[in-house]
Amino acid sequence: MARSQPGARSTSSTPERASGADRGASRRDVLTKVLAVACGGLATLPPVVAGLWAFLDPLRRAGVKAAFLPVADLAAIPDDGVPRQFPVIADRVDAWTGFASEPVGAVYLSRDRDSREVRALSATCPHAGCFIDLEQATRCFRCPCHNSSFTLDGGIVNPSPSPRAMDELECRVGGNGQVEVKWQKFRAGVAAKVVQG
Amino acid sequence: MSRAAARAGFAQPVRRGPFGRLTDFLDDRTGYRALVHEALYERVPGGARWRYVWGSTLVFAFLTQVITGLFLWASYAPSAQTAWESVYYIQHEMTGGWLLRGIHHFMAQAMVVLLALHLLQVVIDGAYKAPREVNFWLGLVLMMLVLGMALTGYLLPWDQKGYWATIVATNLAGIVPVVGPSLQQLVIGGSEYGHHTLTRFFALHAGFLPATLVLFLVVHLALFRKHGLHAKQPLTRPDAMFWPDQVLKDAVAMLAVMAVVLGVILVPALRAMLAGEVVHPGHLGAELGAPADPSLPYAAARPEWYFLFLFQFLKVFEGWGATGEFVGAIVVPGLIMTVMALMPILGNWRLGHRFNVAFTLAVLAGAGLLTALALNEDYAALWVNRAALAEAESLHDQTGGDPAKLATAVGGDRAKAAAIERQWKTLEKVRRSQAYLDAVKQAKADAARAVELAGRPERIPPGGMLELVRRDPLAQGPRLFSQHCAGCHAHVDPLAPDAEAVIATSSAANLFAFGSADWMRGLLDADQVAGPAYFGNTAHKDGDMVSFVRNDLADEATWPKADIDAVVAAMAAEAGRPVPAGIAGLVDKGRELVAASDRCGACHRFRDNGTDLGAAPDLSGWGGRDWLVGIIADPTHERFYGEQNDRMPSFGTAAEGALPPLSREQIELLADWLRGAWYRPAKERPR
Repeated sequence: MARSQPGARSTSSTPERASGADRGASRRDVLTKVLAVACGGLATLPPVVAGLWAFLDPLRRAGVKAAFLPVADLAAIPDDGVPRQFPVIADRVDAWTGFASEPVGAVYLSRDRDSREVRALSATCPHAGCFIDLEQATRCFRCPCHNSSFTLDGGIVNPSPSPRAMDELECRVGGNGQVEVKWQKFRAGVAAKVVQG
Repeated sequence: MSRAAARAGFAQPVRRGPFGRLTDFLDDRTGYRALVHEALYERVPGGARWRYVWGSTLVFAFLTQVITGLFLWASYAPSAQTAWESVYYIQHEMTGGWLLRGIHHFMAQAMVVLLALHLLQVVIDGAYKAPREVNFWLGLVLMMLVLGMALTGYLLPWDQKGYWATIVATNLAGIVPVVGPSLQQLVIGGSEYGHHTLTRFFALHAGFLPATLVLFLVVHLALFRKHGLHAKQPLTRPDAMFWPDQVLKDAVAMLAVMAVVLGVILVPALRAMLAGEVVHPGHLGAELGAPADPSLPYAAARPEWYFLFLFQFLKVFEGWGATGEFVGAIVVPGLIMTVMALMPILGNWRLGHRFNVAFTLAVLAGAGLLTALALNEDYAALWVNRAALAEAESLHDQTGGDPAKLATAVGGDRAKAAAIERQWKTLEKVRRSQAYLDAVKQAKADAARAVELAGRPERIPPGGMLELVRRDPLAQGPRLFSQHCAGCHAHVDPLAPDAEAVIATSSAANLFAFGSADWMRGLLDADQVAGPAYFGNTAHKDGDMVSFVRNDLADEATWPKADIDAVVAAMAAEAGRPVPAGIAGLVDKGRELVAASDRCGACHRFRDNGTDLGAAPDLSGWGGRDWLVGIIADPTHERFYGEQNDRMPSFGTAAEGALPPLSREQIELLADWLRGAWYRPAKERPR
């Protein structure tokens, strides 16, 4: 017990130092230290590695694969050049939960008079990812977060905090009038339109 | 032996009672008396002072967060289908849950204020100088950890507010060079926000960050003790001991902090009580918004007030493009932190200390100014006198905001044109602010509705609250209506102050309370039927119904008032609406009139009577769910307007294999909303 032998621990922990320059003992001393650190480190490594391995799992997962999704009927998009908001419905998997036909976001669709060409703009702001609103009063797009403004065809209205125009999505119209949009997300806050995930 | 030591129990009397022997035994085996002594008997040069309390109040605030946080943890379930739900349960159903959550929420805000005060006091007193440099750096790390916990905690209720604020924050993390996108993916737990965003944020908020904080705090306090308290010169009074002199001051300050936090939670209750209103504890303390919905715009998105300056700072760089965001979100905050970290070294220069003080004050003043600017932008509509802008507003509507047209409109008066253009800028600000305030109001209504729905006797379905909100006619109806119907139809109470203007500009019937006795009475009124609230602005303006109401119905000999009352009663009953007490007995008589081939049945079908389909809408089940769903889906069907359909689109039909404009479920939601068929709590639940 420490109380009864106050000096015992300190003398026993450094006996070599007290005994002088014995090179073999000194080498053994170094070896002991290296081994102690190595064994301790090695023992601690598995939980850390296992933890990080699992934690980094999202990096190994590919993002949602871009696919053409039916969004609207051509007749539902008035041919007045003014964009209308449509929800994007898709099956969605969130880790262990599967959602069938859920709204996953929104697009603005517009077309000019008598045209079958549809322009699709993602409602996600390229600045920081908020949901862009269509302001009826001023007839322009505006993001409620940092006031990024865009023209009705998605062009940037300066000065704007947004680094690029609204993201246009690939869009095709089937023979039966079905409008399909290639649903993709792009990295926010950068000038280039880079697919995310 | 000093008196202090004697108080701590170092004097050992010969005779000890059982308690004394027990403490002797414990001290013998643990040496706790020396530890307690070490902890309490720190010398405070110049005596205890109020200015030394900030560090202790911060430790106290952290302790409060640990205590309330652990108890919250005991009831919180982090996943996309349970986070909002469990927080709702804590806030609105668990006894005292509102108080627990309120303290945690507002103490977090108090902590940010205390951090600023502690930092300011350390810098002004020069307590960062040698030999305390390392402790100052530890303090900066602690500050970042606290802010990190504030940021991660905001998401955990998984409501609209936290969800959209986190989208912005994580997207900003994504613009960090090289590692940004990977960092973003790791924090979100994938490429989409969901379960793993919550589990990760929760692990950060309640595990990684506080554990790291405790580690740094222990070293921070150990170093503080090693170097001793940095006393503010000159020392005017004799030295004192930490216990009990400074501890008393610290404790009083802690009490004051707690009083403020409790005050923020309880003052609204006090106000309501004084006004004689019923107080719902669930509505006290921290807010809980509507559940997070990635497909629903949230125009009221704002960070918590202490991050508002960063939010506003991003707007400063308008027009800088991607560089602006990088500079605003990463470079400038990074530079400020670097300068702060260098303060102990800068302090060695002759003017260094003054620079440090000035810099800290400037940063705090800048943050304060940006916060004020942000608040002013959001709330300008509350204090700008809009009446003074009336002329500018009407000119703006006239000219569409075109300066060239404005010049003509004011008759070439340049000075006036310039003044009006300045007012236009103010007007733009007021309009934006009003849009924000409207969004906040909408958000509050959505939140209240979600809480109401969650309290249904059937409780929340396993799919979570969002599923329930998406199936709620009251939540979805107005949105679907404004998106698909409001282009033509009005939906406004005719008694509302601005109803007339709204109805006048609509090009189809006002559908407010469609199916009710009042609505039907208006339709059968010769003065109203061709007005804008009914057929006035449609192709049916000169149709058979209008002429029938104006000629036949107006003739009291063929249509006495009691018959019209009977038809009104029958139609309200058909729609499933309440029949007013005075005419309730006339329903059967009304049905006979509707069916009679010389009355309504001359044009309309009614059950097995009346004329064949195709001449006018079928009145069987008129205004009811099936009828409404049918007409919204396809008004050109022979059951409704057939070939006489004016301009109404068929929302439920589409070409083979294509999507109709509205799904069956959406049409049902619209129909239920128009019928007023949504969940209402039986009565205000006692809380």
